[in-house]
Order: sequence, then structure tokens, then C-alpha cells
Amino acid sequence: MSAADDAALSASLLALGGADLGGVCLRSLPQPARTQWLEIVRELLPATRPMRRIPCNIPDGRLLGGLDLAATLKAHRPIAERGALASADGGIVVVAMAERLSAHTAACLNAVLDSGEVLMEREGVALHDAARIAVVALDESMGDDESVPVSLLDRFAFLVDLNGFDPRTPIGSAHEPEEIDAARVLLPQVSISDELVTALCATGLTLGAGSVRVSSFALRVARMMAALEGRTEVNAEDASVAGRLVFAPRATQLPQARAAEPAPGEESPTRAQDPGPAPPPSETSDSAEPSQLPELKAADLEDLVLAAARAAIPPGLLERLRSEAGARRGSAAAGRAGAPTRGGTRGRPAGVRSGAPRGQARLNVLETLRSAAPWQRLRGRTLQGDGRVRIEAGDFRVTQYQQRAPTLTIFAVDASGSSALNRLAEAKGAVELLLADCYVRRDQVAVITFRGTGAEVLLPPTRSLVRAKRTLAGVPGGGGTPMAAAIDSALGIAAQSRRRGETPVLVMLTDGRANVARNGAKGRETAHADALHAARRWARTQVAALFVDTSPRPSPIAAELAAAMRANYVALPFADAKSLSRVVGAATRGGR
Amino acid sequence: MQSVTRAVFPFSAIVGQDEMKLALICTAVDPTIGGVLVLGDRGTGKSTAIRALAALLPPMQAVIGCRYACDPADRDAWCAECQERHPGGTIKARSVPVPVVDLPLGVTEDRVVGALDLEKALSQGIKAFEPGLLARANRGFLYIDEVNLLEDHLVDLLIDVAASGENLVEREGLSVRHPARFVLIGSGNPEEGELRPQLLDRFGLSVEIRTPTELHERVDVIKRRDEFERDKSAFVAKWKKADVALRKRIVAGRERVETTSIPDSVLESAAKLCMQLGTDGLRAELTLMRAARALASFELAETVDVSHLRRISTLALRHRLRRDPLDESGSAVRIERAVQEALGA
Repeated sequence: MSAADDAALSASLLALGGADLGGVCLRSLPQPARTQWLEIVRELLPATRPMRRIPCNIPDGRLLGGLDLAATLKAHRPIAERGALASADGGIVVVAMAERLSAHTAACLNAVLDSGEVLMEREGVALHDAARIAVVALDESMGDDESVPVSLLDRFAFLVDLNGFDPRTPIGSAHEPEEIDAARVLLPQVSISDELVTALCATGLTLGAGSVRVSSFALRVARMMAALEGRTEVNAEDASVAGRLVFAPRATQLPQARAAEPAPGEESPTRAQDPGPAPPPSETSDSAEPSQLPELKAADLEDLVLAAARAAIPPGLLERLRSEAGARRGSAAAGRAGAPTRGGTRGRPAGVRSGAPRGQARLNVLETLRSAAPWQRLRGRTLQGDGRVRIEAGDFRVTQYQQRAPTLTIFAVDASGSSALNRLAEAKGAVELLLADCYVRRDQVAVITFRGTGAEVLLPPTRSLVRAKRTLAGVPGGGGTPMAAAIDSALGIAAQSRRRGETPVLVMLTDGRANVARNGAKGRETAHADALHAARRWARTQVAALFVDTSPRPSPIAAELAAAMRANYVALPFADAKSLSRVVGAATRGGR
Repeated sequence: MQSVTRAVFPFSAIVGQDEMKLALICTAVDPTIGGVLVLGDRGTGKSTAIRALAALLPPMQAVIGCRYACDPADRDAWCAECQERHPGGTIKARSVPVPVVDLPLGVTEDRVVGALDLEKALSQGIKAFEPGLLARANRGFLYIDEVNLLEDHLVDLLIDVAASGENLVEREGLSVRHPARFVLIGSGNPEEGELRPQLLDRFGLSVEIRTPTELHERVDVIKRRDEFERDKSAFVAKWKKADVALRKRIVAGRERVETTSIPDSVLESAAKLCMQLGTDGLRAELTLMRAARALASFELAETVDVSHLRRISTLALRHRLRRDPLDESGSAVRIERAVQEALGA
């Protein structure tokens, strides 16, 4: 089975399973393969089922529904308008650029995927509508700083990666629409043995692939595979396919290869006591002690499913996952939680202005009525008459909202040899104290460390301060001081944060002794020149920065750098963590 | 406005997650404990359990025609309308299911607190109040999924109402107050954002749940889920007996709450525990005491003893410790240590 075949198979299964599979994350740049994949789904989906595309920045009013103003004014009673999710009931919602989904929109999608209905309580109207949908999230993320919200991924059966597909060999549909229809009829009768259910669960556990929900998807996929083959009993092959499609792309740990697979003979008597090399499988033997035969069978089945899933794990995936050790997981999504300010359309009400309730602006009914009231007589009606108020477009008033832009504090911590010698531990301590301040202010934090040849974003913007602390605690010291790389990296994060409408603040803890240039070469001269260059770039962004000189004696080099960055320079010859925190706290407050 | 009726996964059929079940049962026995916060991994059945609890609860008596479902027996807690309409004499009541109101994401403020009745305003120009979700949740449960993603201005609203049990509406030229006593139930994934301490404080009990890592437990979860999805009514029928038995126990527990006594020695232990942990205010002790009493009543014990206290202490105190956002050891460990010291091993 090639990757293209698997992609086609996932399209068939989505058309068959729909809402039961939650959806698919389709990681791909806009390319023919993606279009083909979507077309296959459309062809296989019964014509009566809708397939709707929505943008990632869809306002709540369109997503969930809201007050249909035109109809309301015409009918003189509130009329609710269904949103995109409710009108796609029974079908598929395609979310464009899903890596840009806000945590809020993702949570709305989650709620609908979980309950199969839309609960809308907005703008004076309530609407409870069925919305049995599957979501296809088009993920165009390229770097590690973006990803489809993890909570949403957990509700999808498949994660399909189409990047790297050869555009010359198109993806062909794996099934005919009639086959899908036949399978749909057969599906309710498909049964699965307990051994296979256990094997699937064990595979999910062994690969560390997602929550119980994901295992549930695997079970459903196994059933659907049997139905597609026209069988009413799931066999090992079906389970293998399910394992490959559902678990493999989510694997976070390698199955510990049971290299020396014990021969059946020597295995049976001892196994119940012996935990064995792979922890989860042994659990089966604990529960099924009396009968050895089915137990063996279960273990074999699990191996089969596991082998299939393992074969499909893309090379390098696990390496990457391990090296990132959770830094990526949830990072982008977590950082975005609650952060976006949407041009004053949410938050605390702050006055009223005249204007049409277009987009996300909310109609202020009372003010609208109030502004219409004086004109009633002129417009040929009175409040007595038939009791109806006549409202014209010019009467519309919308509420304005304001929201405090959240702050992102970026910590750039010098972990080079010179700094480590001086006071890396103190810097860490200071950052920890600052984190407590951030917690009080509900700021977001990001942590960059730099040492050796480059800077590393240890923690992308997040509100999870516990994670900030944990990552920081594990920072090793040693190596050169790649000053320029550090400033560049901070620039990147600050720019991203600004794009989200936040206020970034940089706290730099270093001795300023750059000795590694941008290109990674050693040498104080070029390194310092590069650092100054980066510092001047920083100055142009006009983002508030604080430069904490951690060298034992205040150094002119550090002061020069700070000046180039237009940062507040604080030298702390012999400060402890507490006083450092005090200074930083005062400076960042002043900078805001 | 009726919700789409659908079969609910039976409470008794939920595999594991004992701590969450215990917390939910305790609040069902004594709603004054004040709500449950369920934080945990994705896909652990948080919402399932809460919806299951709703289906499990026995119906309650409500004044007919009252928009806030006032309790006919509790005259003091009546809304202004009931007070006016029934100044004395008899009132008519009927049996209604305990409301479990969802606070969906994307909800607007006017729907939460109530607002000007649009229909009347538009068609007749009359200023009338249309109650919101808080009114509907009176005497029942208000469930917020993804509570940590709730917008700040809504959190502010809830914090106030949850503490006072009364909703004050001052907007759009309206001035209305009505009772809004509800059990606040929140669930969320802590990775997606933190909760404000003030909101944390409004939850009586808090539960942390993890994805089961035991194979047999996972298999059970999946199998039952699968069985339920394939034939909902049969599955519900299969577990009905267990659910009915549980409901009876909850009802029995409710009746005993008033009479279950708490010996002074237990109260002292509770106070000692709270002091040791340095929890702010008396709310921690009150909740601890109420929760221990609810647990004892549910288990048909005559008096509350230290074992009840021990079992409930983590649930009642976990989210009330003076929070050190950077302390990784976790509140549960700290509480366990304090319990060992205060209550003895």
C-alpha cells in the first residue's frame, strides 16, 4: 500500500463514516493532490449530503448562527439564522487554513463534533439544531510554530499528509460510490471479536497514539473496512489497516520491538508472571490466565496490527517527536488560547456607534429602537397604530467593544559557557519569579535560550507557566554566545505576536559577549558586528525590551548592545534572583 | 427551544474515573457544595459523565408558570413574580426535570443574563425582560465545557452570580433581579489556558482526570462506547437498573444530609487540615465539611468520620491552595502530605 493508496482509502472511509469518524486533518499545501482528494470525497458522498467550505476566521454568527436581521425586521419578530455548521448537517465541513483557527473557533467545532448538534444562544435568539458533521481541516502549516489545534486533531480519525506527493501520479478513488453505499447498508451488521478490540487498544497504547477517543476511531475504521470488503466480521487485515491509518500518524513512541519473540512453547507458562519486554501486551495475559489459547491469539493479533501501523510511521517522525519532547504538542494551540483580540468586537462593551451590523458588529437593539422612535410619525406610523415600529437602515446602532491587548513576555536567556559560569542559575531563578508575575497578569510567555551555534525557541508563546518553568529548568549551560541569532529569534516571535494583536515585551538576560556570528562561525569581531546589526533591527520594531547584564562587572559591550536595541539596560553586578526580578518587573511595567 | 432529545450514555456504565463520579454524586446529594470542576486530558469522557448525571437526577417540584422554576416549598427563595402572584394561599406546582443548561461557546452576554424581549420590542415597542440561561439554570446545573476558553467578560458575570445566587440585570433600560442558584460544572483541558483564581473558588470540588493507561480499562471504555453507539436504547435499557439504583441512593442521601451529624473532632480535623495547607478564607472548610457530609449521607453513615474527610479532601481542597504557579509537585501531593499529618495515616 502506497501513501497515495492510503490517502484514497481515507477519503473512501470518510465518505462512508462521516460524522462517526470526526474528520480528517489534511496536511498539504494547495496542490493537485489536495484537490483530487477533496473531489474523491465529494464524488463518494451521497449527493444529498452537503460539503461546505468555511474560512478559518469565520465569525461566530456565521459558524453557529445568529439573528437574521433582515428577516427579523420584515417579520417583526426575532428570526434565527442557521450557521454554517447546522446547514452542513449530515455532511462535511471543510475548514480552509485550519492551522490559523483560533482556540475559540476550534472549541466551537469540538463541541459540535462531540454532541452532533449546534447549541446557539446568541443575540436574543436560541437555536438547537442537529449538526452531524465531519470536519476536513486543510492544514497548510509549514513551520513548527503553527498547527491545527490539538484538541481538534484528537477528534479526527485520520491525519493525512499529502505533502511530497508526486503531482504527476494523481490519487485515484479506491472505491465506487455504489460500493460505499453498499458498505453503509452492511455496516450495522459488522461485528468484531473481543481479541481484535483488545489488539487495537493495545496498539494505540504501545504507540502512544492519542486518547481513548482515537482508539474508538480505530475500532470504527476496522468495522468500515470489513463492510467495504462486503464482510460482516472484522478480520485481522481490517484491524491492521485501521491501525495503520489511525494510529501510525500519531505515534509518539516506538513500539519496543519484541526482537527475540519467544516461541509459543516457552512463552505460555511464564508469561503471566513475567511482565515481558513490552508493557501493555502483558496485561492481556493477566486477565486471561485460565485459557492460554485465546491469549496467544490476542498477542499475535496485536503484533499484526502493530506491525502494520509501524510500517506506516513516516521515517524521521519519531525522531522529531522525541527531540521536541512535547514542545510542539499543544504549543501553538495553547499559546493562542484566549489571546486574539478581534478589532474590538468582543470584550467589554464600550459605547455605541451608528453603523450597520455587518460582520462581527453586534446590533444594539435598544439604541436602534431609540434612534428610530422620533421618526415614527414622519414615517407614516405611530407607536399606537398597528403597534409596529418602523426602522430604517440609518437607525442601526452597533455596540463597540474593547479588550485589553494581552502581553507576551519573551525571555531570551543566555546559556552560553561564559554566562553559565557567571549566573545562569540566578537568571533562571529570576525568570521563575517573573513567571509568577506573568501568572498574576495572565500574560503569555515565551522562552528562547541561546548557546553554542544558535538560538532555540524552547517554549513558543503559551500561558502554561508550568511548562515554561519545566523547560527552563532543563536548560543546559555551555558553549559560545550567538547573540545575533538570539535577537533574530526574538524578533521572529515578537513579529508573530504583533500579528496576533498582542503586545510583546522582551527580557534579555545575557552578558552580551557575543562570540558566535550569525553563520555559526566563531570570532568575537564578526559576532559582535552581527549582534549590533540584529540589535538595530530590533530597535526599529520599537518593541519594549529590557537588557539585563549578567556579567560580574558591567561591561561596555553589553551597554553598547542595549543602546543599539534601544533597550533599558540594567547591570546587575551582584544581584540575587529576587532583586533581579524586582528590576525587571519595574522595567516591564514601565515599558507597557 | 427544546433541545434535540437524544439517548444519554448511562452514568453507571462509565468505566473508571471514580474520582469524577464521586464528586458529581456528592454535588447531586448536596448542591450547596457548589459545583465541580473537571480538568483533564482530551477524550476522557468529561462531557459524557456530566450529561449522564443530568439524566440520572430525580425530577423536582416547580411553581407552574414561573420562569425561574421556583421551589414551591422554599418561599424565601422565590422570585419577585412568584411573590407578587402568590402572596399567600395555595400555589400550583408540577414535577419538572432538573435543568441542566449548557453554556455553549460563542454565547453572547444577552443570552446569559437575559435581555430585552426582542419580539415584544420589535412588534409592539414594549420593554419586557426575556430571561437568559442563568434563569433557566436556576435550581439546576449550569455546564460550561472548555471553561478555560470562556471570554473574560462572561467569567466576570458568572463569578458574581455564582456567589450571590441572584442575577442582577441592568441593561438596555431594564432593571431586573431574579434568583439564579445553580451548581456550576466546568470542564476543560488545562493545557489550553488557566482559570482565574476567583472562578476556581466558585467550584466546590475539583477533579483531575487522566487518560486510562491500563489496557483492560481502555478496552472496556471502547467496548461500552461501541455498544452504546450501535444500539443506544438497548444499551440504556441494560444499564437502567444500575442507574435507578444509583438514583435511589442519591435521593436517600439527600434526605439524610440534614440529619447526618458531624462530630466536633471531625470538624477540628478539617480545620487543622485547612490551616496546615494555608487555604484562604472559610470557604475551604465549609466545602470540605459539606462534601464529607454528603459522602457520609450517600453511604448511609450516621455520622461523618475521618475516613470520609480523607477521601474527599483532595477533591475539596486541590484548587484552593495558595497557588504557586510553578510548583510542579501538584496540589494533590501537598494535600496528601497534609492529610497524613492532620488526620494521621
